[in-house]
Amino acid sequence: MAEAGLERYELRCRECGKRWGNQARSFCEECLSPLEVTYDYATIGKNLTRVSIEAGPNSIWRYRALLPIVEDESASLPVGFTPLVPARGLGGRFGARNLYVKNDAVCFPTLSFKDRVVAVALSAARQFGFDVVSCSSTGNLANAVAAQAARRGFEAWIFVPADIEPAKILATQIYGARLVRISGNYDQVNRLCTQIAEQHRWGFVNVNLRPYYAEGSKTVGFEIAEQLGWRLPDNVVVPMAGGALITKIRKAFDELTQLGLVSDKPVRFFGAQATGCSPITTAVKDHQPRFTPQKPSTIARSIAIGNPADGFYAIRTINDSGGWAEDVSDSDLVGGIQLLAETEGIFTETAGGVTTAVTQKLLSQGRISPEETTVLCITGNGLKTTDALAGRLETLEAIAPRLEAFEAYSDRLLNNAPRAAASAGVAR
Amino acid sequence: MSVSVEIPTALRRFTDGQAKLDSSAATLNDLFAELESRFPGIARHLRDDSGQIRPFLNIYVNDEDIRFLGGDAYKFQEGDKVLLVPSIAGGRA
Repeated sequence: MAEAGLERYELRCRECGKRWGNQARSFCEECLSPLEVTYDYATIGKNLTRVSIEAGPNSIWRYRALLPIVEDESASLPVGFTPLVPARGLGGRFGARNLYVKNDAVCFPTLSFKDRVVAVALSAARQFGFDVVSCSSTGNLANAVAAQAARRGFEAWIFVPADIEPAKILATQIYGARLVRISGNYDQVNRLCTQIAEQHRWGFVNVNLRPYYAEGSKTVGFEIAEQLGWRLPDNVVVPMAGGALITKIRKAFDELTQLGLVSDKPVRFFGAQATGCSPITTAVKDHQPRFTPQKPSTIARSIAIGNPADGFYAIRTINDSGGWAEDVSDSDLVGGIQLLAETEGIFTETAGGVTTAVTQKLLSQGRISPEETTVLCITGNGLKTTDALAGRLETLEAIAPRLEAFEAYSDRLLNNAPRAAASAGVAR
Repeated sequence: MSVSVEIPTALRRFTDGQAKLDSSAATLNDLFAELESRFPGIARHLRDDSGQIRPFLNIYVNDEDIRFLGGDAYKFQEGDKVLLVPSIAGGRA
């Protein structure tokens, strides 16, 4: 089975094109550029139809023909296939008529889109015979690796910046993973992991398994297209950390188009970052093809990567598509979290607040038109970053369990307090 | 003056497997020239055809990305530890 799978896909250098077969390797020894998985689309296309996909499981595995997977996925978790919900409330607030939220705040099992990439990476880890899996992470990836490693019988070593949110620490430890807190930012953790990967025979999902891992992000794009009724949107707004997600959604749309599963259509890609860590948006806005690294300073820790691995490709994806990139302040991103919760009943983490607030900014700038179909990629759950909301919601007094106490309380409430939260919307 | 340089696995085929070496280079350009003279063939993996440093090669000095220290213009200090890291999970691009 492995041999058949190996013929379906292989690694190729993104820059010089050299082919590397299938192995735990992320860069080309010739030009040191990143590798990417490429597929034999002619063969895949013979058996892949909308009907065959729709007959698959309600998870990312329905797209397995377009993922670098060789093992039988039946042992794997039902990851992905999260809701795509029409966002009429949020759209009403923004004056936009066709907004959708792709809600990976409820992705199984750890409530972020990282569950998708880890599911694919651990299949590669098994294929290459690793017993230990590892990652550098800002938190969500840590949770996903820890949980899925537990389920699939890998030992896990997880490296995180020491200052990530307590909920993300806890939600890594609970699965029995070995968690290593590093006194430094994500980029420093990442550099350390590249050194560790040279010394230990471990499957680092986002280092030596990165080309396979990143393919898992395509499933966000596959699902958006299928859930729109096998058509592509006009725009997608995507939070950017390492920059891989936005490029992989593009790849997913391109693959579906090439295989005739959707009609060809130009889709514009919009990237979102927090101003306190905005190497990619800064490059796009300055019309630079390459970014300058930054030292992150933002509460949006899950996307605080100052030296994004796929930054160059994210910039190119945005520019080639006719899209744009924007960033918002920490205050605005918190407003975005509140607005999405109040209008759609979706509680997202800081990165989702960035995406929401940036979408508003792009609409107000006229870069996205109100009648176009626009999908916001919400990639994580707000319960993991509750500390970002400290001081934003009023502290509630307790009242006696008596009807008159409640009546007096509700009178006080309705007479004095206009709702505090984000009813004023996000600052422009 | 002497700095130490860590060679990533990917480039050790040029250095007879040597993982660490000392250099008296004063700048990054000097260092790359010295590496090429000691290990012929290595330079084309460090620079592209136009002579620019490969966009996906990360260079750190004492744990700091050299781009935060002035890049090519940075003058090495006695005892600096220089680390070369290919693409992997961060990018220079």
